[in-house]
Amino acid sequence: MEDSNKLNLTRREMIVGTAAAVTITLAAGTINNVEALAIAKAEIVPSAKVSFTVNGKIQQLHMDTRTTLLDTLREHLQLTGTKKGCDHGQCGACTVLVNGRRINSCLSLALQHEGDHIVTIEGLGTPDSLHPMQAAFVKHDGYQCGYCTPGQICSAVAVLQEIKAGIPSHVSADLTVHQNLVIWKYERE
Amino acid sequence: MKSFTYERVHTPAEAAAAAARMPGSKFLAGGTNLLDLMKLQIETPVHLIDIGKLELNKIEHTSSGGLRIGALLSNTDLASDASVRRDYQILSRALLAGASGQLRNKATTAGNLLQRTRCPYFYDTNQPCNKRVPGSGCAAINGYSRQLAVIGSGDACIATHPSDMAVAMMALDATIETVNPKGKVRSIPIADFYRLPGKTPHIETVLGKAELITSVILPPPTGGMHFYHKVRDRSSYAFALVSVGAILQNDGSGRIALGGVAAKPWRSESIEKLLPLGSKAFTEKLLAKARPTHENAFKIKLVERTLEGILKEGRS
Ligand SMILES: Cc1cc2nc3c(=O)[nH]c(=O)nc-3n(C[C@H](O)[C@H](O)[C@H](O)COP(=O)(O)OP(=O)(O)OC[C@H]3O[C@@H](n4cnc5c(N)ncnc54)[C@H](O)[C@@H]3O)c2cc1C
Ligand code: SF4
Repeated sequence: MEDSNKLNLTRREMIVGTAAAVTITLAAGTINNVEALAIAKAEIVPSAKVSFTVNGKIQQLHMDTRTTLLDTLREHLQLTGTKKGCDHGQCGACTVLVNGRRINSCLSLALQHEGDHIVTIEGLGTPDSLHPMQAAFVKHDGYQCGYCTPGQICSAVAVLQEIKAGIPSHVSADLTVHQNLVIWKYERE
Repeated sequence: MKSFTYERVHTPAEAAAAAARMPGSKFLAGGTNLLDLMKLQIETPVHLIDIGKLELNKIEHTSSGGLRIGALLSNTDLASDASVRRDYQILSRALLAGASGQLRNKATTAGNLLQRTRCPYFYDTNQPCNKRVPGSGCAAINGYSRQLAVIGSGDACIATHPSDMAVAMMALDATIETVNPKGKVRSIPIADFYRLPGKTPHIETVLGKAELITSVILPPPTGGMHFYHKVRDRSSYAFALVSVGAILQNDGSGRIALGGVAAKPWRSESIEKLLPLGSKAFTEKLLAKARPTHENAFKIKLVERTLEGILKEGRS
């Protein structure tokens, strides 16, 4: 606290203070380098505010700036359905839907999601009312150990939407043909 | 991850000004490369300037008949755009050959251009690496170099540039538009954008410290047949051993850019006139100055054969 008292924190709101570390919120968002260095020296943990919806519910959070969307979901919102696998965007276990698109929640800061609509495996369906993709995974025993299944299901839901929207992939044979044929086939099955 | 302060900016001018005000800061676009490297403390910015919500996420037609691609447009949206799919197929193909659906939804045009190498020693902070710690040495030159560069490198660094998209941009003669903190706009042809490692492999482009990429301009379509063939250890979701981007015209002329062989996409317009002589003569000339290691000498043959496959497809 002693060091932090020496800082001019007029544009910030103090949230948490301990003898060793202090968390501050950057209210106005602008800060100069002298201040940043002072923050580093004083072992202050910078944080900032963010607000987004998760599974339809508005969340307003004060986060350590470093917190990934994945850790926010699991550690702060107790939505542990989304899994941490590699934590480097390689495995896909952390896949969630943001504004309808699949992303790796491990390679995204919570702060990058101001105003976004996030859907996790918990938001797709419930044990009593499964999403058709969840039901299909159960029916076809579509997992091995099951750890990455939530990510696979979120990804699969998004893939079908991508096909519907005509978004090509590396297996698209012809880029100039809209992929309606594939949708037609999928819908008939 | 080291702690950092964070701000969100709303205009390109604000972004560049913030970067000038904050030495040691970085722009945050999709974050798929920067955050990955920050977790490993390979990148340690003291301040992040989040440019993710800037309105640079559109594709517009230019007055000369080309395209202006916003720096913040996602790789998915770029690959899916109807004009790109019709007139610049090499670009869609290159994008779709890279990363995964999840990553392409987040990755941006500018972030993709500026992604850093995948040299395994760059990632291993226990090893010397001139790119990560200038002057510390290069563990790759006498190490595991199968993936690394065969041409344009030197004694300081033999890393490759990993972007697929940049290879297509090179074949398309793209121009990168930037703005600096003084509001000055600059257009940089992609052929001049990347620097070869020389003695300073940590400096990878000609961008100034606080210079923001705002868009990438594609000249009017060239027509022709477009190819992007990426050869890798498995058929999807891996970086290229080599990749060949090609635009072939009916008269036998064409443009060829290579990925996976150098610190930048490799192309020589003057050598392209040799293309009608076939893949062997062309590759021999294009890679005449190659200095491969014993582990990656195979890449030269691989380029030749990949190009041969493309030329055959073009003829049929
Ligand atoms: C598992 C995995 C597999 C991958 N496979 C491939 C592959 O096969 N092929 C391929 O090409 N790529 C691949 N990638 C890399 C991916 O394409 C890049 O991570 C992505 O394109 C980076 O874009 P971004 O917007 O997330 O950049 P960020 O991570 O946000 O930024 C990257 C860099 O660019 C700078 N920057 C961003 N925008 C601007 C701007 N407007 N002006 C100035 N500087 C800017 C940032 O400061 C940072 O230094 C892979 C990545 C992962 C994690
Ligand atoms: S090749 Fe370049 S990136 Fe790899 S260890 Fe050597 S200096 Fe580092």
